[in-house]
Amino acid sequence: MNGRGGLWRDALLRLAANRVACASLAILMLMIVAAIVGPLLLDYRQDEIDWAHMAVPPLTAEGHWLGTDRLGRDLLVRTLHGLRVSMGIAMLATLVSLAIGVSWGAVAGYLRGRTDALMMRVVDVLYALPQVFFVIILTVVFGRSPATLLVAIGAFGWLTMARIVRGQALALREREFVEAAIVGGAGTARIVTRHIIPNLLGPVIVYATLTVPQVILVESFLSFLGIGIQEPLASLGNLIADGAVEMETASWMLLVPASCLVLVVFCFNFLGDGLRDALDPRDH
Amino acid sequence: MLAYVARRLLGAIPTLAVIVTLSFVLTRLAPGGPFDEEQALAPEIRANLEAAYDLDQPVAIQFGRYLAGLLHGDFGPSYKFRDFTVTELIASGLPVSLTIGAAAIILAIALGIPAGIWAALRQHRLADRMVMSLAVAGISVPVFVVAPFLALVFGIWLRWLPVAGWTAGRPGDLVLPVVTLALPVIAYLARLTRGSLLEVLRAPWIRAARARGLAPRRILLAHALPAALLPVVSFLGPAVAAVLTGSLVVETIFGLPGMGRHLVQGALNRDYTLVMGMVIVYAALMIALNLAADLAYAWLDPRIRRERRL
Repeated sequence: MNGRGGLWRDALLRLAANRVACASLAILMLMIVAAIVGPLLLDYRQDEIDWAHMAVPPLTAEGHWLGTDRLGRDLLVRTLHGLRVSMGIAMLATLVSLAIGVSWGAVAGYLRGRTDALMMRVVDVLYALPQVFFVIILTVVFGRSPATLLVAIGAFGWLTMARIVRGQALALREREFVEAAIVGGAGTARIVTRHIIPNLLGPVIVYATLTVPQVILVESFLSFLGIGIQEPLASLGNLIADGAVEMETASWMLLVPASCLVLVVFCFNFLGDGLRDALDPRDH
Repeated sequence: MLAYVARRLLGAIPTLAVIVTLSFVLTRLAPGGPFDEEQALAPEIRANLEAAYDLDQPVAIQFGRYLAGLLHGDFGPSYKFRDFTVTELIASGLPVSLTIGAAAIILAIALGIPAGIWAALRQHRLADRMVMSLAVAGISVPVFVVAPFLALVFGIWLRWLPVAGWTAGRPGDLVLPVVTLALPVIAYLARLTRGSLLEVLRAPWIRAARARGLAPRRILLAHALPAALLPVVSFLGPAVAAVLTGSLVVETIFGLPGMGRHLVQGALNRDYTLVMGMVIVYAALMIALNLAADLAYAWLDPRIRRERRL
């Protein structure tokens, strides 16, 4: 336990020294808080129509900081709602893929042999499928609800995680403290949950951080095409799609949600890279 | 080498089988039938329709007939575009998608690899930083943001290119779609080429070539580049996948009558046979092109080429 405390403290110090990663973390925190609290503080609801101000540009009408869309709905409120939906789905889907991927990989890597080969064969087959296209089939079959999106994206998201965790677990299994636990009479379940999984945390955190933006991109991609989140519910993807339709006369409708999406994706990627550098001391 | 080719070819078959089976099973799991519309159909008409589409048969027989059809290139009728078969829709869309896809890959190779080489040769200098920052942007900004943005700038603000549309023989229509599809691939290729070339240039055998007094240009072109471009070849498989996925957005936003737009339309209409057929064709394309990239890699890498059994 002592060694681990030291590792985490070192990692934290390394992360704190990385200015880009810290700035990304700060921006993400701000955006998450804004997405949760913002809509409560602003004067308009996301589906509220302001008949007096339709398609007004940013900073021109009282109360509409980022302007309104064609129907007079406040763009700031809708973007914050979209951010909330996109981030919410992304984080939940990442959690789903974390849970499946970590347990799958840890069990396969720990049991080895035939079970491992069989479990990884399943991962290989699913990996070879064109994932986005199967997510599309799933949304066609089960309807375009946030829940379908969540399950469909989560159903494929765990594959890489399972591979990473299995590789780590195979290596960890050979370590002395695991042997000591076996000698001490600990069962498989206890060794996997108490010894293998805690030691996998580093790579898992890094990969999870990098999974969130990927899920945001897939969800927005589908919502952009009209197959994902549906109106009147906002998501960054369907806001961008709306903006793309109106861009000739109302370019802010495209630029506001698009920059929001790009900012989030950039920040998560920078944070993930920073975490990787911080948690993997071999590079230093 | 031959054994390797045979093994890879055989390996692609189960993957395709899984794709076909899974898409068939998933679409049959769907709640409600394809003819559940807002206005209920008369029972006789409904029964006739279901008989016409084989839907009154047991699922196993439906699957058998679908498979038999696939082997003859028959993807069945479209549920929503009643005048067309899925095969006709694929045949009309495939050339469009392949044209823009191939053009995008060629453009990406023509720009991405030289940009990566240039950046590697000027490591840490201004050119390198510029290329790499652009590459990060190209990778992080998704196609569905780039596409409307380029249409806004070049189509609406500058009026250089048409915003959308497809008229045979008007190459201007293709510029924005192809550039949009190529941008992320250019970015990846530039980054990959740069990293790989820098690594190769540090290798002992390059130092040996320098020590023998070979001209820098000859070292780069004859010794370093062939080795450095190997990982780039293996990236072409994923690049094809990225371009094909991106074509859904690009065809939708620029109004091109390709497979991607048919797929999106099919998904919006819940046209199961159309979606299934398109997904199978897309998957087969990805597997085939990925395989081609892997085989090219194996052939280019002497370590694999000369291996008898692998």
